[in-house]
Amino acid sequence: MTGVAIEAHGLGKTYGRRGGGHRALHDCSFRLPAGRVCALVGPNGAGKSTLLNLAAGLDRPGAGSLAVLGSTEPAAVRDRIAYVAQDKPLYPQLTVADTLWAGAELNPGRWDRTTADRIAGTLPRAARVRTLSGGQRTRLALALALGKRPELMLLDEPMADLDPLARHELMGVLMAETAEHGTTIVMSSHILTELEGACDYLLFVDGGRVRLGGEADDIVDAHALLTGQARDLAPHTVVESRTTGRQLTALVRKEGPVDTAAWAVTQPSLEELLLAHLRSPEAPPLLTPSASPVPGAVREEVASA
Amino acid sequence: MAAESAAVEFRIDRRSGVATYLQIVQQTKQALRLGVLEPGDRLPTAREVVAATAINPNTVLKAYRELEREGLVEARRGLGTFVRRTLGGAPDATAADAPLRTELADWARRARAAGLEKDDVGALFTAVLDSTYSTNGTESAGRSHKGDQER
Repeated sequence: MTGVAIEAHGLGKTYGRRGGGHRALHDCSFRLPAGRVCALVGPNGAGKSTLLNLAAGLDRPGAGSLAVLGSTEPAAVRDRIAYVAQDKPLYPQLTVADTLWAGAELNPGRWDRTTADRIAGTLPRAARVRTLSGGQRTRLALALALGKRPELMLLDEPMADLDPLARHELMGVLMAETAEHGTTIVMSSHILTELEGACDYLLFVDGGRVRLGGEADDIVDAHALLTGQARDLAPHTVVESRTTGRQLTALVRKEGPVDTAAWAVTQPSLEELLLAHLRSPEAPPLLTPSASPVPGAVREEVASA
Repeated sequence: MAAESAAVEFRIDRRSGVATYLQIVQQTKQALRLGVLEPGDRLPTAREVVAATAINPNTVLKAYRELEREGLVEARRGLGTFVRRTLGGAPDATAADAPLRTELADWARRARAAGLEKDDVGALFTAVLDSTYSTNGTESAGRSHKGDQER
């Protein structure tokens, strides 16, 4: 599977009034290759939901440009995208059966009834959506999303309402879907461990921009935890360092080989890496080659709103 | 679902600290050593593994490539991944009634009778194992390869 699922250049989005508005995204650039399962992580208010909203074509960027599945107009490729927003918008007065029927009617030629029915599983078909629990609603929303057979799935906090068993089962369903059809999946969460293992790609958003982007393994490999006698850490880029007495502990981005005679070197976990970056807002961003947007790849610039 | 079911299933422990793909590699090798997997057996497809374990399909493919690189399995297009050969110097050495296993079981009983805890026995066994095998390097745990991520 080749191609690009999402490509963003200098994306910006401000909510509220000019000047006093809240800058949800600012100069946000990255690329997500197709066929990846991507964890979109970051603290609350980092801009994750805004980014998903823009990618789904439900909102327009205030600045910069965005291409989704090769189109600079995400709304034009909406039939190839499935978006499950955080609040799982469904029609409360419809029954489960009506909702599934509507899914089939609204996605002519694409609807996969077997898959949708399998994921809806034991949900009572005659029950109205408003009587369902949060977890049941999530299951129904995912049934609609997967029944659509999308090329790109955008899932905002998909696992938040689910019990551990349902979480494991539905994550397995999503993984089987991408294994079989090469579906690109973007899943947001502020809890990394929820997504670790399932995702092979990472977009770490903080303060409205992507600070780490690329293959999860490569991002981890690019860093090292060094422990040793306090001394100069050059040429490495220091993300975070701490001195206790004579001992220095540092998380660095490796620039060339690490002197293993001077330092005890261990590989940080992805979670340690994200925490260190959260504590060090000044650490420079890192995008691996596959996550770096190609200049000029998105032609149409969106006019500044 | 495949017509013929796979011969093993994998258990993924996210807290073990061992990379997920290595867990699959190690469990496959263990199954080969114990004779649970035999030449000709089919490994579960990536889809089957991820549906059961909720891990990323690329992780399974990476593990299978590693096993293939070591000549233990082969991928047959459209059919699946199949075991090529078994592991272990003496094929029957690990069978339930093999002499070495019987002797070890006897020894373990004596250790227990002598008051050793399970962890003590494990530590002792590891120490002896390390000193016995320290000179001739056996198989290494297979490092990850850059660029191994392509689908």
